[in-house]
Amino acid sequence: MSAERVSVLKPGETYASATDQISALVLTEPTRRTWVLFFVTSAALAVVYLYAITAVFAIGVGLMGINIPVAWGWPLVNVVWWIGIGHAGTLISAILLLLRQPWRTSINRFAEAMTIFAAGIAGMFPFIHLGRPWYFYFLLPYPNTMTLWPQWRSPLVWDFFAISTYILVSILFWYQGLIPDLATLRDRARTRRTQLIYGFLALGWRGSIRHWRRYETVYLLLAGLATPLVVSVHSVISLDFAVTIVPGYHSTIFPPYFVAGALLSGFCMVITIAVPLRRAFRLEPYITERHFDVMAKVMLSAGMVVIYSYAVELFTAWYSGDPFERGMLVNRALGPHATLFWIMLAVNAGVLQLLWLKRVRTSIPMLFTLAIVINTAMWIERYVIVITSTQRDYMPSAWGTVSETHYDWALLLGSLGLFFFLMCLFIRFLPVISIHEVRELIHEQEEQRS
Amino acid sequence: MSGRPPLGLLARFTSAEQIVAAAKLVAAQDYRAVDAFSPFPLPELSEALRASAAGVKWCVLIGALVGALGGYLMQWYTAVHAYAFDVGGRPLHSWPAFIIVTFELAVLGGALAGFFGMLALNGLPRLNHPVFAANGFQLASRNQFFLLIESRDRKFDPKRTRELLDSLGAAEIVEVESE
Repeated sequence: MSAERVSVLKPGETYASATDQISALVLTEPTRRTWVLFFVTSAALAVVYLYAITAVFAIGVGLMGINIPVAWGWPLVNVVWWIGIGHAGTLISAILLLLRQPWRTSINRFAEAMTIFAAGIAGMFPFIHLGRPWYFYFLLPYPNTMTLWPQWRSPLVWDFFAISTYILVSILFWYQGLIPDLATLRDRARTRRTQLIYGFLALGWRGSIRHWRRYETVYLLLAGLATPLVVSVHSVISLDFAVTIVPGYHSTIFPPYFVAGALLSGFCMVITIAVPLRRAFRLEPYITERHFDVMAKVMLSAGMVVIYSYAVELFTAWYSGDPFERGMLVNRALGPHATLFWIMLAVNAGVLQLLWLKRVRTSIPMLFTLAIVINTAMWIERYVIVITSTQRDYMPSAWGTVSETHYDWALLLGSLGLFFFLMCLFIRFLPVISIHEVRELIHEQEEQRS
Repeated sequence: MSGRPPLGLLARFTSAEQIVAAAKLVAAQDYRAVDAFSPFPLPELSEALRASAAGVKWCVLIGALVGALGGYLMQWYTAVHAYAFDVGGRPLHSWPAFIIVTFELAVLGGALAGFFGMLALNGLPRLNHPVFAANGFQLASRNQFFLLIESRDRKFDPKRTRELLDSLGAAEIVEVESE
């Protein structure tokens, strides 16, 4: 076994030390001031989100800057960005499990939590954008008095099925991974109340080897199901765009382009969460430099696919000879949002290349900064796609643009607040690292050493 | 409690290698009602005790097929019969457009059936179990391994089974009372 693989965990960890340290974070660790600070700040932002969402529901979508012709505006930028962030969690938990990558073990739990929260937040934005959110159930197929059924040829209906399946399967996968760890917490808990709560949630898991056998099989099969699912989800979202005839949307590169962009921004978010988490809870033995190095490599490779997609878009627009496609590109590069287009290119195609350097990949402050900068540029990328395309389509008389209001900002920043608020709660009440998988990894390393 | 035969004998082992070796020997001696408890999945151990996962595989397959078939039939029925809506003369049974929802529902059906099938076949949720009362069993979720030989096994003999477990290097052997 190569020395590189050993360094996934710091040497010297035992079943007992890993179990005790990770479960102590939840059970006995006193609440830290850093955590309180994060919690209060994010809770305050979450209240802003609640306020904005209530206002938009009560008064109307006119509060946001959406208008004809840019009818999708910020809410759709946010949907695409948030669901993309969620995808990295599934990649780590499912695809890397199938590929037998031992480094996934320390980061899969909080990455999966990230997936669920991000996908849930993403799922809210279409409702916010609906205008009459109380009619969302029109998307559901059920026998109703109007004898209406959904239009199965519409990408919006596909989207509804894709996102809700994705959220449900992510929750199942996450909860199944949690069951043995909840049992560990139940067995370590000192107070009656925590014993009851974790005991109830653990469903009476007792670690029987016959149970483990079925558990492992189902876990692998769920990973096998989640893998094509995650690719399908962002592909279906991209079809919302690609199926229309708007120049800038109507493009066959969209499904792989969106999936690669999702991985890029998702891994940025994983790094953004991992760095403070590791520092605050002293998780250095489990989240090592090697994890950051590998995650940076995934970012780089996903980023290269994104750059390729940019190039294909440019080339297709030129090669098609279609004046509207060409006009769309001229508008992106020189139009009212040209600055954003160039920032997007400079960061996602330029700054990203820093990741070729091992020095950058293993320097945590640099990687952390880079992750936040690239993730912001990924939001800008979605802004460029969603907004500059509808801004100027076929008829110059119908051109127009978006003028964002403070409700748009409140919904975006508030959704970030809600996300970190949920992450804070998760960190405090559930084990952030999969305890039984770390034990398994220690066992495998011992076996390979002997 | 008193008067009823015990559920069985529970032996504690301190390492994975020990319990795998012990389970192999116990199985070779023709014990059938044997279970083992481990802090993490141990493939060699489940092999030694002939634990099977065939049931859950069928659950996932059937769940996925039901999801796919149900999803497709729902779209076909509603688009062709219940709410036939002619858009520019396109065929009502436009199957390529139905594939995505069919796929999503196949995944959903397979995942739900797999998860709940796993719980049902494992007999969970079952919040209490006699082994939880055994001394030190909390360590089964930390760093200890346990082998349980149930008294309903036809080869079970309180004295000889205990001797066997002792000879296999058990750190501790306790009697588990039945419910």
